[in-house]
Amino acid sequence: MTGWLDAHLVSMVDGVAYGLLLFTLAVGLSLVFGMMDVLNLAHGTLYLAGAYTAYALSDGSWLGLLVALVVGLVVGLLGGGLLAAAVAPLQGRGHLDQAALTLGIAFIAAEVMVVIFGAQVLPTAPPAGLARSVSVLGHSYPLYRLVFILVAGLIAVMVYLAFERSSVGALVRATVADRDMVRAMGVDTRKVLFGVFAFGAVLAAVGGVLGAPIIAPGPGIDDRVLVLSLVVVVIGGLGSVRGALLGALLIGQVQTLGVALVPAFAPFLLFGAMLLVLVLRPQGLFAPGRA
Amino acid sequence: MPSAATSPRRPFPVRTALVVGAVVLLLALVPWVFGAFTVSTFTRALVFAVLAMSVNLLTGVAGMPTLGQAAYFGVGAYAGALVAIHWSDLGVLQLVLATLAGVVAALVTGPLAIRGRGVAFLMITLAIGEIGYSAAGRLDSVTGGTDGLSGIPPVVAVPGSGGLVNEGLIYYYVLVVAVVAYLAVAVLLRSPFGLTLRGLRDNEARLRAVGYRTDSYALAAYVYAGGLAALAGSLWASSQRFVAPGDLAFEVSALALLAVIVGGLGSMWGASLGALVVVFTQDYLGQLFSGHAPLLLGLLFVLAVYLLPKGIAGGPRQWRRMFGRRRTPDEEAVSPV
Repeated sequence: MTGWLDAHLVSMVDGVAYGLLLFTLAVGLSLVFGMMDVLNLAHGTLYLAGAYTAYALSDGSWLGLLVALVVGLVVGLLGGGLLAAAVAPLQGRGHLDQAALTLGIAFIAAEVMVVIFGAQVLPTAPPAGLARSVSVLGHSYPLYRLVFILVAGLIAVMVYLAFERSSVGALVRATVADRDMVRAMGVDTRKVLFGVFAFGAVLAAVGGVLGAPIIAPGPGIDDRVLVLSLVVVVIGGLGSVRGALLGALLIGQVQTLGVALVPAFAPFLLFGAMLLVLVLRPQGLFAPGRA
Repeated sequence: MPSAATSPRRPFPVRTALVVGAVVLLLALVPWVFGAFTVSTFTRALVFAVLAMSVNLLTGVAGMPTLGQAAYFGVGAYAGALVAIHWSDLGVLQLVLATLAGVVAALVTGPLAIRGRGVAFLMITLAIGEIGYSAAGRLDSVTGGTDGLSGIPPVVAVPGSGGLVNEGLIYYYVLVVAVVAYLAVAVLLRSPFGLTLRGLRDNEARLRAVGYRTDSYALAAYVYAGGLAALAGSLWASSQRFVAPGDLAFEVSALALLAVIVGGLGSMWGASLGALVVVFTQDYLGQLFSGHAPLLLGLLFVLAVYLLPKGIAGGPRQWRRMFGRRRTPDEEAVSPV
């Protein structure tokens, strides 16, 4: 058993990094849907915008990374604000219209990025100080991914605490559960919704900046990231932070460990994991109670 | 189980039949009027119209928004191509076997997809589509991997005759199959089954309360749509004579949904017209704007959502409403065909 563990340690650590990256993406998608009832199919585009930001501004220095992070934050805020404003007039028109609108915006944004950055995948280097490998239990492993696990893990803990332990989080959870009741208590739920949309968008864009060395920017990456996030949301349950975290870590392992163990079945593993969860718990692992 | 046949029997739609006949006649003139490039664009538009009808059957009629129909389109395309390469160049055989392959694929995956409704259904179908795409790229021994399947022999429409290589003849082959598919869907929509699917969209809880097993109907719609998408895929393989994983990409599903939204949810002629708009935007306007077709298609999405909430098919009614003419409740619903 130890031998098995040792042989696949690298895959498993990779899976954790991948899973935490997926969490930063999926949690926003999940909350925006859980709260605003908006399916944002441009969510992957926000990751892509962040990743391109990292490519353009990360010059291997710490300052470059910092600038990229700040710009990524602004990109996320602007993107999230624009999307929230765009779907606002569609209130009460159903999910399909929202899906079509955000899909249209995603098409436009993706083409603009192709015009700016070209149609090839752009490998993005981490800061020079982190661009080396270290030895982990006898295995050589990229330092950047370890630091990423640390940072993304910190983000996950902060999101979890903010959502589950703070009063703002309680308000957000209450809005997920029963929007009308919260409104009846005198809270402007539109502001809460807008805030969550912006928060999710910023997480996705910043996830892009930090994740660029792991999932490099290029055409089609937005779709891939979106699909992975959706699978995480389906598995974890809509509107649940805990669900997004667990779903993301699970998919991270399925993607990396699964590919290492049974490469022939790799394309179907994601499907299999989703199937299993849907058969056992159709509403997802951690769906919050709906009034 | 109660019978849906309690609804009044509708008379044969003479006017609709005449309009369909006239449109088919006009479409038949295309190879005489236009050059080879335009004819091949029309061919692609017709294939895409069949796929859009499949999406519309699920999304517009049964109220199940799908972003994964490219998976069944791909199953049909590869199945048709494999039959053509390894066994027979006879068109009917390819179409039937490809459709069957699509039906089987939908039967296997459908029970999972229909566990969700609304956006959950959309998410699951999106994941199914993506898995189809990555499977097509990796199952090298069957699909040729990322190289795709080339060397598909020209399709033989009538046994004993030669293969179709002329652009105009391929167009006619696709036109005939597309019209048959259109009629098959039209008949389905007028049947008690079709009416039940609309009930599924409008009020599933009520349908269930009066004793319908709604999941069975949802699955049946899913399988029917899967077969139709696979039929379109087989037409695609025959007309392009090349199949690659890109034919299963997310974009294909998204554009098929766009065609349905632009055309008008629930209306089959609307979806077909929407397919025409999408393909011509891709082929012609995209060229005019130095290849930025995705940009134009994105704009089309956004404009359609804001300006044409009921699509092209719902347009005339909306415009009439602006002039204040009173209308009967029956006119409110978009007509079935």
